Amino acid sequence: MVQQTFEGEVLTEPVVVEREFETVDMNINIGPQHPATHGVFRMVLTVDGEIVKDAVPYIGYMHRGGEKLSENLDYRGALGYQDRTDYLAAFNSEWVYVNAVERLAGIEVPERAEYVRLILAEFNRILSHFMFMGAFGTDVGYFGTAFTWTFKERERIQDLFEAVCGDRIMYNYFRVGGLAWEPHETFVEDSHWVLDQVEVGITDVDELMTNNEVFVARCRDIGAMTADEAIAFGVTGPMLRASGVPFDLRVDEPYSIYDRFHWEIPVGERGDVYDRYLVRLEEMRQSVTILRQALDQMPTSGPIEPERMPARLRPEPGEIYMRQENPRGEYGIYMVSDGTDKPWRVKMRSPCFHNLSSLRPQVLNTYLADAVVALGSIDIVLCEVDR
Amino acid sequence: MVLSEFAGVSMPDWIDALLRIIFIVALMTIMAFALIYLERKILARFQARVGPTRTGPIGTLQSIADALKLIAKEDVRPITADRWAFELAPYMAFVPVFLVFVPMPFTETWFIRDLNLGLLFVFGVLGLNIVGVVMAAWGSDNKYALLGGVRAAAQAISYEIPMLLIIVAVVMVAAGRLAVDGDASAAGSINAIVGDQTTTPYILLQPLGFFIFIIGMLAELHRPPFDMPIAESEVVGGYFVEYSGMRWGMFFLAEYTALFLLVVLASSLFLGGWNWPFGADVGLGLQIVLTFVKTSVLIVLVIGSRALFPRLRIDQLMSFSWKVLLPFSIIQVIANGIILAYGGPDWVVGLVSFGLLVALSGLVYYIMRRKQGEGTRTVQTTPATPRVITAPEVTPVEAGGD
Repeated sequence: MVQQTFEGEVLTEPVVVEREFETVDMNINIGPQHPATHGVFRMVLTVDGEIVKDAVPYIGYMHRGGEKLSENLDYRGALGYQDRTDYLAAFNSEWVYVNAVERLAGIEVPERAEYVRLILAEFNRILSHFMFMGAFGTDVGYFGTAFTWTFKERERIQDLFEAVCGDRIMYNYFRVGGLAWEPHETFVEDSHWVLDQVEVGITDVDELMTNNEVFVARCRDIGAMTADEAIAFGVTGPMLRASGVPFDLRVDEPYSIYDRFHWEIPVGERGDVYDRYLVRLEEMRQSVTILRQALDQMPTSGPIEPERMPARLRPEPGEIYMRQENPRGEYGIYMVSDGTDKPWRVKMRSPCFHNLSSLRPQVLNTYLADAVVALGSIDIVLCEVDR
Repeated sequence: MVLSEFAGVSMPDWIDALLRIIFIVALMTIMAFALIYLERKILARFQARVGPTRTGPIGTLQSIADALKLIAKEDVRPITADRWAFELAPYMAFVPVFLVFVPMPFTETWFIRDLNLGLLFVFGVLGLNIVGVVMAAWGSDNKYALLGGVRAAAQAISYEIPMLLIIVAVVMVAAGRLAVDGDASAAGSINAIVGDQTTTPYILLQPLGFFIFIIGMLAELHRPPFDMPIAESEVVGGYFVEYSGMRWGMFFLAEYTALFLLVVLASSLFLGGWNWPFGADVGLGLQIVLTFVKTSVLIVLVIGSRALFPRLRIDQLMSFSWKVLLPFSIIQVIANGIILAYGGPDWVVGLVSFGLLVALSGLVYYIMRRKQGEGTRTVQTTPATPRVITAPEVTPVEAGGD
């Protein structure tokens, strides 16, 4: 091909430079300070346009050495740290620790104290799941509506907790062997009243979110995990049940007095984000059922701590792994006593840590917005992940 | 409205023009302030809150306080930002929105200028808005802003097309009706369209058009469920993430002005604007009231959508526009053309449009159900039969050393 330019030069052949159009994947840093990370979690997403190609999570921003701190104090002194692991379900976290120490030291807990503990822990489960509903709603894109409606109900439960133990978040109310003090006189009536309100609140959330087509479109088939994958990652709690495994420590390895109640375990089918939401919603309803039964059965009077307690706890040398069903999954305390007044080793098995480890396969090759939703559906508490 | 006639004094044209500009800027600023206050109050009611109460009587001065705070704030520009793009972007987003108010009829005689091609002007100028958004996104040198800006651009392009097609359909209907009076060429003027709706609001003739217009309006305004350009949980506010102070305030002002603008447009095109719906000839005062009632209804609709809908994903948003709205708006244009060419009566136009709306809803419902599979929206439960309590046993160990 011969071309002649205006100047008279002759171009024999147009030069064609073949080059691929290079598109560079972009790194996006989500966190540690980002509205979607529910605390100080960081994930570096490699995105091709809007598609997530890679995700690298970083944890540890909240690491305070809770395990070591618990080892440096005596058995009772470390109680305060237990609230500060899973701060959204502080009663549950306290309960595991207290139970572990009691088993280790062979202390019998009075029945009434067990009932109060169970009631408070189940209330705390509802409280925590309400928090999930609100935060998850914000992740999916509700402009605060889910948040405010769930927080309205959370306020009532927190008011009840405040009346019982004087605190709204870090309760520090359970003691080794029982409770710190008697719950207030109208505890049962107040609880019934709060339950009535909470039931309405659960229905409100249900009506706001469950059948909202946009909500369903955003949640269905996102972050789906099969039962095998979930088990392989050590996922527990609502996430595992959403994947179709009816595993609930309250049933499969019952502790305290959970054998006295009748309720049902919600089990999802697909293990996607929507199933996780539904499982949590149903769990709240089931918690209300348990609470109603417990409030009816609860002895009106009786001791709340053993008659005799040693002034200084020195359990026999031994080890124990106590695990319970926290709102987020299996929360375990592994404790080794060497016969002194301090535990030789305290290991906390955090459900969020294991649940969070399953994040990467869930977000790969999805949209950026789905990654945020999948992260939200895990319901992480970073204080518990990092301890 | 010619101000000189209105005020009863004669004045040179340039003063007249100046007065109009001042009038429009003042009106729009006041409207934006009022809308911000209204949105906060209405949203608060949706969200079981009370909203602002402390600034002025029942919080009415909240917007003023916000504006004063914004003006007093330091204007931060990131050191790596593209200076000119960054600093010009707010104006580029802001000016077109104000310009668009020229042909908006608030009453039969109250508008800045009744443009013959008013609708074309509105969409032509409003489309420039996105330039400012993209400039802000690119100039900020921020990845979140870039993502948000690209999302905004993609969304604006996708939703303006069905919206414009539906406007074409509306203009066709209007031209057909105005041709009876012998003046079909006036159908591009918004005021002429409003004037034609004395007995029949166009929502009855073009229900599909109203639906698509509202959807497109929500997308244009970045309102839920189409707010992914400014999605806080994903891109941390989107294209104006690096802005602060009054520059951010200008984006905000542009957004609320555009809300008012599009709501007035929707009420003019579909709800009959300043008309009393039953054909009575009403005076100036009642016309203002009617405009405000109709716009208020739409504003509450828009604000309610913010409270009640989560956010769609970008691909869902795109496919909804290109695969559902666009084909249906094309079908609507063709259907209108055929019916009007054969001189079909109004009720046929309305019925066909309503049929299309039903078909659209049915299609969306069917697609969503098929996509979500057969799965129900409830979970199965298995009865919990707790085993006998078996406490984990304490295993005695040798006391460990270090």
